[in-house]
Amino acid sequence: MTESYLMRNLRAVRGRAYPRLIGSTREPSWFVFDVILPLFTIAGYAYVYKFLDARAELIGYVVLGGAMTAFWLNILWSMASQLYWEKEIGNLSLYLMAPISRMSVLAGMAVGGLFETTIQAAMTLAIGAIAFDVVFSLASPALLILVFVVTMIALYGMGMMFASLYLLLGREAYHLSALMMEPVYFASGFYFPVKQLGFWAAAGASVIPITLGLDALRQIIFPGGAEDAFLSLNTEIVLLAGLCVVFMILARYSLRYMEYLGKTTGRLTLRWQ
Amino acid sequence: MQHAVETQSLTRVFRPKKKKEGDIVTALDSVDLQIGRGELFGVLGPNGAGKTTLLKILSTLLLPTSGKAYVAGFDVEKDLMAVRERINMVSGGEISGYGLLTVRENLWMFSQFYGIKSKEANARIDELLRRFGLTEKAKAKVRTLSTGQRQKMNVIRGFVTNPEIVFLDEPTLGLDVNAARAVRDFVVDWIREDRGRTVLLTTHYMMEADELCDRIAIIDDGKILACDTPTNLKRMVKMNSTLTLSIAGLNEIDGFDTIPGLNSYSQTKDVESSTTKLRFVVEDESCVSDIISKVVAEGSKITSLQKTEPTLEDVFIKLVGRGLE
Repeated sequence: MTESYLMRNLRAVRGRAYPRLIGSTREPSWFVFDVILPLFTIAGYAYVYKFLDARAELIGYVVLGGAMTAFWLNILWSMASQLYWEKEIGNLSLYLMAPISRMSVLAGMAVGGLFETTIQAAMTLAIGAIAFDVVFSLASPALLILVFVVTMIALYGMGMMFASLYLLLGREAYHLSALMMEPVYFASGFYFPVKQLGFWAAAGASVIPITLGLDALRQIIFPGGAEDAFLSLNTEIVLLAGLCVVFMILARYSLRYMEYLGKTTGRLTLRWQ
Repeated sequence: MQHAVETQSLTRVFRPKKKKEGDIVTALDSVDLQIGRGELFGVLGPNGAGKTTLLKILSTLLLPTSGKAYVAGFDVEKDLMAVRERINMVSGGEISGYGLLTVRENLWMFSQFYGIKSKEANARIDELLRRFGLTEKAKAKVRTLSTGQRQKMNVIRGFVTNPEIVFLDEPTLGLDVNAARAVRDFVVDWIREDRGRTVLLTTHYMMEADELCDRIAIIDDGKILACDTPTNLKRMVKMNSTLTLSIAGLNEIDGFDTIPGLNSYSQTKDVESSTTKLRFVVEDESCVSDIISKVVAEGSKITSLQKTEPTLEDVFIKLVGRGLE
């Protein structure tokens, strides 16, 4: 081994990200399933708002929220469920046996998933914006990038934590993922300003980083977005940064606990048990 | 010189969470092993004997309940990274990797977890693909491979990181004759290339263990019942050898009774092929030359000669009281 531990882990991140980076070029059907299909839901909400003669920003909120659902789906089905799936096909034991931090494997999954999903979400957003004449008013691209990055780190940190927890749940994890789709679409305000839920409900929903992230993004890119916001932009950025730290720490500890439990009980690698 | 692998009273007990989930299973029971550098060491035993549990502990995937295990001189419980840097493992029937990626991409991905630079990794992958006759499949997606090709790829994955110690868990399981032969030949060549390399092979194929291994440990119910070279293990079985001679013509040869060391013999004439088959059960192998001399002295022409030795199966039956399958 000539590589330093850090370099080895960076290579591991790149290696594990690769299947996701290359995956979208190998299976073009993703364009239909991940870009076109979400547009139907977006269109449904957009036409309701149009019928009600609502403010134009609300249709913009729906388009942005609809595009951002891709990230939540990626968290549930490609991050949280991933280690369980890796165990089933025998990859998990190979990852656990490699001389790297387990966080590198999760980080690779996150980086690959984030890249792939960002392309999908950007395409959905672009098509939706064109179809429904959404007007953006971007004052600070740097702020937009900052909020997006902080939101994604917190969100994928949550996904990394879920990955270990789902592994302990086994097959039940799939039911949990299904259970967390529609309720989170609602609670996080994907199709309406989360402020409408009332303070305490919105505060509770803010544990999910995409709630605050979406609210903050709406403040940045839509005129009048601040009026519909749950909290001030600065507060939301600070809270998102806090969630980044919390979820990364929890992810690290849950992964360590999962590995310890696996090595103690043998349930994570010995499939005959 | 430190051992490649050493275990001291290694024990692993699996306890069910609830009583209704089954009984307590002692997968390994005070296993003591010492495997030297450069050895191709086999662990032979039936399914459920504890072979895989042993490998999982040695590869840091499982904690022992008690006892100690050292790989390359490092404690598998305390020096995880030092052990992991030096090992790799391949299991039979593995379906690891991603079907969406090509063979080369899969192998490259796994090499990255060991910090191998891409250029070096790709050179090693090319070389190993060539040795396994998989060069043409380098750009094929893994999901299009046959079982044998996929297992060859898995074996390459285990060796591409250039480990000091490789754990092979039934690596030829379910493979056809040619694919199994390719894997066995490669393992033998690999270990001969550098005497610092060590292979720990678990198998329940007697022939595979006999052919490949310098030493074999026979394991059953988590216990090592015997550990020695294949030849010495077979010597444990004091069994008569059988010598079968085919001679041209339908001759009747008598007078073998006086040869010392011969237990019994029989003659069978095959009129169709005009040959006579002589079967001798010998207690003392020194009588074989006397038998052949007598046949030749009778003016008979020997067309074939076959001597049957005790097998590892016989050893296993002697030790365990039942067959392996």
